[in-house]
Amino acid sequence: MSREPDVVQPDAVTVTVTTEIDVAEARQEARRLALRHGFGTVRAHGLATAVSELAMNLVLHTARGGQIRLTAQDAAEAAVIELVAEDDGPGIPDLARAMEDGFSTRGGLGCGLAGTRRLVDTFAITSRVGEGTRIVCLVRRP
Amino acid sequence: MRVPILRLGRVLLTSLPADLTDQQVMDLQIDALALIQAGKADGLVIDITAADVVDSYMARILSETAKMVTIMGGVAVLAGMQPAVALTLVEMGRGMIDMETAFDLEGGVAKVARLVASRGGRHDEVPIA
Repeated sequence: MSREPDVVQPDAVTVTVTTEIDVAEARQEARRLALRHGFGTVRAHGLATAVSELAMNLVLHTARGGQIRLTAQDAAEAAVIELVAEDDGPGIPDLARAMEDGFSTRGGLGCGLAGTRRLVDTFAITSRVGEGTRIVCLVRRP
Repeated sequence: MRVPILRLGRVLLTSLPADLTDQQVMDLQIDALALIQAGKADGLVIDITAADVVDSYMARILSETAKMVTIMGGVAVLAGMQPAVALTLVEMGRGMIDMETAFDLEGGVAKVARLVASRGGRHDEVPIA
């Protein structure tokens, strides 16, 4: 499997994540994209951390990994980056619990999803057991 | 590749690379604990200047390593955190990093030495007045 990001269009990047090395690739792509679109260091770092959390979840909780898709949209006043993490893994049986601080099924700190939600402006998660999970986040440049 | 551990007096020094794997972390934990157990050092300073992102997994790993060193009787200090990392960790939630910290490597080494001395050194001896 290629470790090179698949550049769909100038401001969109997709990284297929199956191993820890792909996680590093995904967060580097996220940081580069954010800086390219005028996000500040702290905001870019927050996005890179959110990407790291979601990508690490793909490595730890799914057998076949998943995709991290980043799309930047420049508007007149502000820019926004959409972050999508998608997999066809086992799904999350109890979403409410998964979003709680301190809940973990795989020995993490149990604040991955809750922490990610605090790092981004909007956070939406859909999951079906046996079908997969999809998380969509938006990060705005103030 | 294993993360190298250097020894400066009674303190172990290690600098984490930007992209640390789980295997490297486990090797590092085992190496550091073995050196402390063998009497080669009293503590460990983990420098994270190179770590551009510290997510909840990395935070867990760091805190766990510190806990391992501590329950063996040693001291572990985290050094060199970048401002953006600190900001993000606090934004993400409470208690992400549960260990001693210092501004830089030098401060980390000094902190290990001071904490070990304050409890009477490695063998808990009565401090000489």
